[in-house]
Amino acid sequence: MSLYYVQKLLYKLNRDPTLKQRFDSDQDAVLDEYSLSEEEIKALKRPDIGLLYVLGVNGQLLMHYATMSGYSWPEYIQAMRDGVEYYGPVREGIYAMIDGNGAT
Amino acid sequence: MSLVYAGTCCHSPGITSRGELADPEIRQQLLQAFDRQRQAIEDADTQAIVMVSSEHFANFFMDNMPTYSIGMADEYEGPIEDPDWLKVPHTRIPANPDLSLRIIQQVLQSVDVSYAQEWKFDHGMAVPLHFLTPDYKIPIIPVNINCQNPPFSPLSRTWELGKALRRAIDIAPERIALIGTGGTSHWPCTPDSGRINESWDNEMINHLINKRKEALLAYTDEAIYQQAGPGGYEVRTSICIAAATEEQTGEIWFFAPIPIFATTCCITTLYQLE
Repeated sequence: MSLYYVQKLLYKLNRDPTLKQRFDSDQDAVLDEYSLSEEEIKALKRPDIGLLYVLGVNGQLLMHYATMSGYSWPEYIQAMRDGVEYYGPVREGIYAMIDGNGAT
Repeated sequence: MSLVYAGTCCHSPGITSRGELADPEIRQQLLQAFDRQRQAIEDADTQAIVMVSSEHFANFFMDNMPTYSIGMADEYEGPIEDPDWLKVPHTRIPANPDLSLRIIQQVLQSVDVSYAQEWKFDHGMAVPLHFLTPDYKIPIIPVNINCQNPPFSPLSRTWELGKALRRAIDIAPERIALIGTGGTSHWPCTPDSGRINESWDNEMINHLINKRKEALLAYTDEAIYQQAGPGGYEVRTSICIAAATEEQTGEIWFFAPIPIFATTCCITTLYQLE
């Protein structure tokens, strides 16, 4: 699992307009620069916000990626709920720390 | 003695970005309480505000996450969020690097902190400043406590940070206000966003104004997560201010759960010149 690098990419995308431009024009090249699993790459490319939540991405980073990807606030919240229903409990990260459910 | 005022306030981005969606009467009362705090800071002839917040990955990340950090820049800017979304105009915020240096040197006598000469404020500081220093004339010394991603500092160490800040403020000749932002229950950016635990908030705020050190330090991260959500980790900012002002009983100036702002909005005064 490389949750750290998923989160690092989202952190940098939110802060670095040049990286964002590169990501928009050649997503694969940017993703290649990070140590990511197949599942993480799939979740980032689709994007599958629900799966990213289940993989453990901190909401304070995920919400910016969702907004960047065109999600409205209610769509973002719903995507996380759908993710937990489809993929199961949060697997890692801050929301898995206690009960693994994160979403209740 | 150079502490002239201390208190806490809420920093929910909803207060500015979704202001019109709240009950107008409640929001008006909240804005009046913010204005009362602004007035208290001004009436104390405040020359600098030390603002303790928990930023949300605007500057700090897990590649080298500081448990505590204090700003020492020549100036700051914010908000980092889209100003049209937050409805807080992007602006430069005045600093006092010389005072920062003296505070950092003094705090380091007892608590390890990192310092930062670059800092973009997010809503955790930008929303309170929008109400407390609307003309951005008072220099700000930002202090950050990591409350976003564990491992977090033990609450007992956060208490010591508050004590260290107070010692540093007390030997500075400047008239300084100390403000903590955030701290009530919330589940930000999660499927539970909007959930509020009013009774937890009410109990915590009463511990806070009565400076009940034992009760405040008895919280565990597990219990905070279950009862106050991941946003509840920000109680560290409030505990820090309580520690800095332990000798006085505080007052609650505003307390109301406001679901559209995703938290209980609260404004307290924890120290005033007598």
